[in-house]
Amino acid sequence: MLKKRLIAVLILRDGQVVQSVRFKHTNVIHYDPVHAVECFNKWAVDEIVMLNVSPSADSRQGFLDAVGSISEQCFVPLSAGGWITDMDYARSLLSNGADKLVINTLLADDPELVTALSRRFGRQCIVASMDVKRDESGAIEAMVDRGRRASGMSPVAWAQRAETLGAGEIFFNSVDHDGARKGYDLDTLRDVCAAVSVPVIAFGGVFTWDHLVAGLQAGADAVAVANQFHYTEHSSRKAKRHLVQSGIAVRREE
Amino acid sequence: MSQVGILDYGMGNLRSVAKALRMAGVEPVIIGRPEEVQGCERLIVPGVGAFTQAMQHLTDSGMGAALEQARQAGRPILGICLGMQLMCRSSQEDAPDDAPHAGLGWIDAQVRRFPGSPGFKVPHMGWDDVRPAQAGHPLLQGIADGSDFYFVHSYYVDCADPGDVLLSGDYDVPYCAAFAHANVAGAQFHPEKSQQVGLRLLKNFLAWNPC
Repeated sequence: MLKKRLIAVLILRDGQVVQSVRFKHTNVIHYDPVHAVECFNKWAVDEIVMLNVSPSADSRQGFLDAVGSISEQCFVPLSAGGWITDMDYARSLLSNGADKLVINTLLADDPELVTALSRRFGRQCIVASMDVKRDESGAIEAMVDRGRRASGMSPVAWAQRAETLGAGEIFFNSVDHDGARKGYDLDTLRDVCAAVSVPVIAFGGVFTWDHLVAGLQAGADAVAVANQFHYTEHSSRKAKRHLVQSGIAVRREE
Repeated sequence: MSQVGILDYGMGNLRSVAKALRMAGVEPVIIGRPEEVQGCERLIVPGVGAFTQAMQHLTDSGMGAALEQARQAGRPILGICLGMQLMCRSSQEDAPDDAPHAGLGWIDAQVRRFPGSPGFKVPHMGWDDVRPAQAGHPLLQGIADGSDFYFVHSYYVDCADPGDVLLSGDYDVPYCAAFAHANVAGAQFHPEKSQQVGLRLLKNFLAWNPC
């Protein structure tokens, strides 16, 4: 039986692992990302996602180096994204050890390139990250450019468009839930999961391990955690154990 | 002549395979030209990508012929993911049902598309468990029944001879997760991405003396 996945997310700003709260990245968690990977028990995590949230494109080379050193430690699939604006940089990420590309703003700014990347590297290689945000009126839409720019599309329409453009997976995040410790945006997550035929990864807001279970019950194929994995000892192993106890089929350690 | 070669034919993440082999205790060489194949005692054919493009590349570069020589010389060869599928007789990937594309033809097997029934998303992507289809094969040493490996594939291998199947899986349809025939072996999953149990399979391959 295909297992539900537990994913650790490393959010990097200028080479350091940072905490993310509503897409603000002021607290440094680890100065060296390799140390972070050693810290959460990598043996329990099924996959690793690295996101470059640096404010400037100058960060690209440094991020590439970080992907290279993390990949040396990592014998599970590794996804990487942030500032992917051209084919060459995408190829560099892959040749530095990434297995999948996480794309976000590119979906709005250069959809043809998304399709070209999907054709070149395969659909399984393209993870469409989507950041949803609710405005004052309560309407929810997909954002790009690190949550700063509105796409003008509903989360469902955005996710379906990403799939049509060639994405093989959706990485679902919510600006409002990010770092808010109240669990995933389950209502929107449920709508997105029902609307696409590719796997959906839930992200943003995990504080208790029950939040993971809720994400999977909402239809997600994988659940992702960032901040919460860094603050407690053996946290990823505890998270895994909680999923097992909740009757969810996950990869067990030998 | 003690080298382990990883075939570079422009498809897939060679770095992952190389570092997993280093972890398993050998320093592999990346080989991109047919004449380099002869210098290798063992060969690994990795690969992510399209079947026809990969076959075309093997043919045009002369790598296919060099591999065929190595196979006939009895050298152990391991295909990973697409590399495994290339070893089969034919593949339905991007082909009409009645005219599949020819593969290397080392294993009597067909590569078929997953039906994509509701609840079984294609590609089959993630960790899934496998069952040993035979007992005592040296490649399966230390690999427990029900071990989870990491898969990413839209097409699956269907072996004509059940005796070739090493590990079998079930995803909508039963499929071959690993095969071995004489000195040729293949894994549908990515051992280099499958943590300890994946490294174990690679170590078993490095120690394998078929024939």
